[in-house]
Amino acid sequence: MRSSSAAIRGQATAGDGAGLPADAGAGARSVVEAKGLGLTFQTSDGPVRALADVDLSIGRGEFVSFIGPSGCGKTTFLRVIADLEQPTAGSITVNGMTPQEARRRRAYGYVFQAPALYPWRTIEKNIALPLEIMGIGRAEQQERIARVLELVDLKGFGNKFPWQLSGGMQQRASIARALAFDADLLLMDEPFGALDEIVRDHLNEQLLKLWERTTKTICFVTHSIPEAVYLSTKIVVMSPRPGRVTDIIDSTLPKERPLDIRESPEFLKIAHRVREGLRAGHSYE
Amino acid sequence: MVAVDPVANLPTARPTLGARLVGGKTVPILTVVVALVALWYAFAVYLNAPWQLDRYAKAEREWTAAELVRDTLNQERPVLPSPHQVVAEIWKTTVDVRPTSKRSLVYHGWVTLSSTLLGFAIGTVLGILLAVGIVHNRAMDKSVMPWVIASQTIPILAIAPMIIVVLNAIGLSGILPKALISTYLSFFPVVVGMVKGLRSPEAIQLDLMRTYSAGAGQVFWKLRWPSALPYLFTSMKVAVAISLVGAIVGELPTGAVAGLGARLLAGSYYGQTVQIWAALFAAAAIAAVLVMAVGFAHGLVLKRMGMAR
Repeated sequence: MRSSSAAIRGQATAGDGAGLPADAGAGARSVVEAKGLGLTFQTSDGPVRALADVDLSIGRGEFVSFIGPSGCGKTTFLRVIADLEQPTAGSITVNGMTPQEARRRRAYGYVFQAPALYPWRTIEKNIALPLEIMGIGRAEQQERIARVLELVDLKGFGNKFPWQLSGGMQQRASIARALAFDADLLLMDEPFGALDEIVRDHLNEQLLKLWERTTKTICFVTHSIPEAVYLSTKIVVMSPRPGRVTDIIDSTLPKERPLDIRESPEFLKIAHRVREGLRAGHSYE
Repeated sequence: MVAVDPVANLPTARPTLGARLVGGKTVPILTVVVALVALWYAFAVYLNAPWQLDRYAKAEREWTAAELVRDTLNQERPVLPSPHQVVAEIWKTTVDVRPTSKRSLVYHGWVTLSSTLLGFAIGTVLGILLAVGIVHNRAMDKSVMPWVIASQTIPILAIAPMIIVVLNAIGLSGILPKALISTYLSFFPVVVGMVKGLRSPEAIQLDLMRTYSAGAGQVFWKLRWPSALPYLFTSMKVAVAISLVGAIVGELPTGAVAGLGARLLAGSYYGQTVQIWAALFAAAAIAAVLVMAVGFAHGLVLKRMGMAR
């Protein structure tokens, strides 16, 4: 076990080295830059270390998945990027600013685990919510709503209420809402976790197409290995107690990814390495 | 398979009136009403009999059971008036007299209703404002709620005359002192309901607002207020009913000038039990209409918000 995990780390550094020049070509400035990042929650049972010594650099246009067992801090890390949690150690910048500045400038769209649509607003009005808050004019609101509804394949459902839509459609609506104000960074926290396999496959495929078309940077939290491997250009494997990064894998899969790429040897090789990384994380306990 | 067809057709056929009466709520409700009226008549005979027997004994006259029942149900000042006496009294004081007359139940009902509505309106606004303060201000959260609860532990019957007297002393009279007693009762459920309602948005819905870096006003109007509306209407249903109680209680110490409370007081002064019961039923009817009106508004708002399914 130990020798194999050591081998993985050896491979990881080699992979990183090989991945870097390609990244530099995709985007010169990094979107998220974390150095020695740590977060300790003070609870009534004493301090809980949610994140420890996280070093990570996410380049422009990357699709980065965070994978790990529950409690490994992947959601917490996403929330730190979004300025929904405050780190207690280390430093982090988003677009070269503090997370708070980035949030104030509406640098990112956030998709939560649940759709979090407001039930008293129609889908259209839900998508309009961030636009209203950001003071965008009515005509442009309509234009953007129409555009993002088409992007997530929900054309014609604009004046339905959330409860009239299926779970998958609701989650797509929440993605449309995050896309509506055109932030370059999309933070997605297990957006498809509650959906069944078939719907999930379909949404993964759509998300990938969307990413190709919009050239956004996406940070995607998941605990599904196939999902992470299928979607990502970079996979960050994390382990719990305290949450830290155990492996960073740059995907060698081509940008064009039909669903059946998941049966290719290349895909299985990466999936295997992710699984080994997850196992190695567990052996620390 | 063919034999099943006629049976399969049955549910689509419109049920007959008889079937709907038996299958629906009408028959059970009517049964309960009839049973209650029968019980009422039985108690009226039982409770009014001693006085009637006393009368017979003093007059030294013979009596039959039929005579006893007839007489107990038609006394002038019965212990418990019979239903038909109350109905007759209500008819007499609503239909037979002009609504502006002081003997009209409509007149007294309107007096009470107007101060109920004023008190309810003030109470609702006050309740909402206090709830907004409690939810947004930590100091108010810690300090106001205990006082709000304490205010409701004082019996309204004890504090109502004080309010009337004090307000009269500073020159306030007429509808406002009574309305303020309604307010005193009705703001409470609104505060409690609205605090819960304004805090009802889920963490994820609040986080969403934070990711948009929305201001406090935007969070309130776009999230907290719409989330709280269902709670507001539920509270208002309770509030409007106790507003009526407050208005009636507020009329008792005014010297019984006008209003259903005055009617009740005058009735008890002169032993007019029929008049008391008629006023009670009028109050109950007003309360029912008010609660239904709030319920109707509730339904309308939910429908507009797309939450009625």
